Amino acid sequence: MKIFEAAKAPIRWEERNVTAIRGPGGKWMIPPDAKESMDKNKIGLKGPLKTPIAAGHPSMNLLLRKTFDLYANVRPCVSIEGYQTPYTDVNLVTIRENTEGEYSGIEHVIVDGVVQSIKLITEQASKRIAEYAFEYARNNQRASVTAVHKANIMRMSDGLFLRKCREAAEKYKDVKFTEMYLDTVCLNMVQDPTQFDVLVMPNLYGDILSDLCAGLIGGLGVTPSGNIGANGVAIFESVHGTAPDIAGKDLANPTALLLSAVMMLRHMGLHGHAKKIETACFDTIRDRKVLTKDLGGNSKCSEFTEAICQKMKDMD
Amino acid sequence: MTTRSMRALSGTLKPLFSPRSPQRYVVAACHQTHKSTYTTIAPPARYGGRHTVTLIPGDGIGPELAKHVCELFRFCCVPVDFEVVNVDSTKTSEDDINNAIMAIRRNGVALKGNIETNHNLPPSYKSRNSLLRTTLDLYASVMHTQSLPGVRTHHRNIDIITIRENTEGEYSSLEHENVPGVVECLKIITRTKSLRIADYAFRTAREKGRRRVTAIHKANIMKLGDGLFLECCKEVASGYPEITFDSMIIDNTTMQLVSKPQQFDVMVMPNLYGNVVSNVCAGLVGGPGLVPGANYGENYAVFETGTRNTGKSIANRNTANPTAMLLASCLLLDHLKLHGYASMIRKAILSTITDSQLHTADLGGKGSTSEMVQSIMNAIQSSGPRTQRH
Repeated sequence: MKIFEAAKAPIRWEERNVTAIRGPGGKWMIPPDAKESMDKNKIGLKGPLKTPIAAGHPSMNLLLRKTFDLYANVRPCVSIEGYQTPYTDVNLVTIRENTEGEYSGIEHVIVDGVVQSIKLITEQASKRIAEYAFEYARNNQRASVTAVHKANIMRMSDGLFLRKCREAAEKYKDVKFTEMYLDTVCLNMVQDPTQFDVLVMPNLYGDILSDLCAGLIGGLGVTPSGNIGANGVAIFESVHGTAPDIAGKDLANPTALLLSAVMMLRHMGLHGHAKKIETACFDTIRDRKVLTKDLGGNSKCSEFTEAICQKMKDMD
Repeated sequence: MTTRSMRALSGTLKPLFSPRSPQRYVVAACHQTHKSTYTTIAPPARYGGRHTVTLIPGDGIGPELAKHVCELFRFCCVPVDFEVVNVDSTKTSEDDINNAIMAIRRNGVALKGNIETNHNLPPSYKSRNSLLRTTLDLYASVMHTQSLPGVRTHHRNIDIITIRENTEGEYSSLEHENVPGVVECLKIITRTKSLRIADYAFRTAREKGRRRVTAIHKANIMKLGDGLFLECCKEVASGYPEITFDSMIIDNTTMQLVSKPQQFDVMVMPNLYGNVVSNVCAGLVGGPGLVPGANYGENYAVFETGTRNTGKSIANRNTANPTAMLLASCLLLDHLKLHGYASMIRKAILSTITDSQLHTADLGGKGSTSEMVQSIMNAIQSSGPRTQRH
């Protein structure tokens, strides 16, 4: 928030808490005032939320997704100068279907010892995500879209997804369309990530691949992410964990949240401000003077923020 | 566990156990034998000490690599005869694959190339490779990825064994369309198979002197399915106190694999994650042309390249990397207890790999398949007398 003030971005913040509460009827949902606020503003920025394994209520993130029908998760992965990883020149975007697929949460115990989990693929959702992917590619001057699937094994489900992608490709002839098996993508990704541009895929593959790409550029601490929903709703978030061990100690790396906020500005059309903040952030990291612990430095979070604000003042 | 004693029993009473009945896990008290008998029983050698092995060339680069394997074996005077069974992937009838399965049942061991699956065909056409694996109950797919000297990669010193459940999970091929436009695909996880693969993983870790087994899952989302898998792994882990057991979520795993792959030792996981992780590991050490894979069942073993590619785009151009297939054939020889031949061929392959002049296109070089195979044969000839005079 401090950085946004320094950048004089025309944003007003409304903070809301999204701990799950049990509504009338016993269903878990997010607090109604949070929902109202989102519906009014349409754009949100979110920090990490904890999901305990095998808890009684569904994951908070899933709940948010269902409430606002956030169907596309977009994660651009760009190599950051100044933060060395074994992979350089990574510049790709993973677009992942966010509402169905393997994460529909439908599981049953058939007999004792046999569990069945259902992966749902619908025509509507596949069509929506495919069209979004091509829209995104067109709006951001991306050359090609690759559909990632496993249709040789999951013939009907991924076959449906693939068909929808092909149909969408027909409508967007200016963007090149290719399809590739999941295993081939994984194989090539770790050998040469520069060959990929925009990747579109169903939920589970998207989860794995987007984290794989995040690992290529340096981890979740530097990866922005945005969730686009129906009705123009968009929530941008940092995807790393809650890191309870360093909470409140001014040690965290704010880059992921910051870059997500930059994505948010771009989405809203405030390209000027977005560029300013992004450049300041990258310059600070490139200088390598004031870095938080996970990036290899020794500074505190507030010092990092100060350095970025300083850079922006210098730019004015 | 009873299965071990059952296997031991079936070993000594082999002639009486035909047709092979499916092994069932029955809870009963029995003495623990730590040594698994399936690795100590080699398929019966017939006709004067020579083994017969089924060879399925497959599609793409499969046939040419199979030819090279035959050539190499003949050159080294390996006592193995190949029974070649061709599976035509363009035919929709299942006769071909059934013949292949019959041949593998007869011989007990097979070496195969990948059979292409045209995913534009209707869903009734099942993937041939999948069919083979489930019919023969080849429940464990094992891939040992090691950094090879002489191959340039982003990371060094990788030594990971990935053990992947091969018959259930997402690959059950159970799909239906209840309402037009809505497709459901079932992912099945059973206690029996999870226990079996976990047991296999820990046994392998113990046999190879490995310190740590990591289970890969997504139990925070698929609570019942992967939760069951994780529980089974924990149960089995309690019986192997000298081996450290931990677990990791699949997305974190892929992230760790691209940043710090040296931390992993043995990894065990269900089918789909296994696909992803084994391909990532193969990519980390240099690509699909370098890593062999093995599929083990209780009674059969099938060897192939680790990443199961058909390599259609490079077929018949003499540019494929033969290393993966040749190393798979070494695994085959080890399985048949022909360790002498296996180590001889393996040493020759490693010495050829270090020579970057011979690297094929996938490793960034300009060498050809036949040149590499020739160099391997030369290396073998210079190392000892066990070769045929050409």
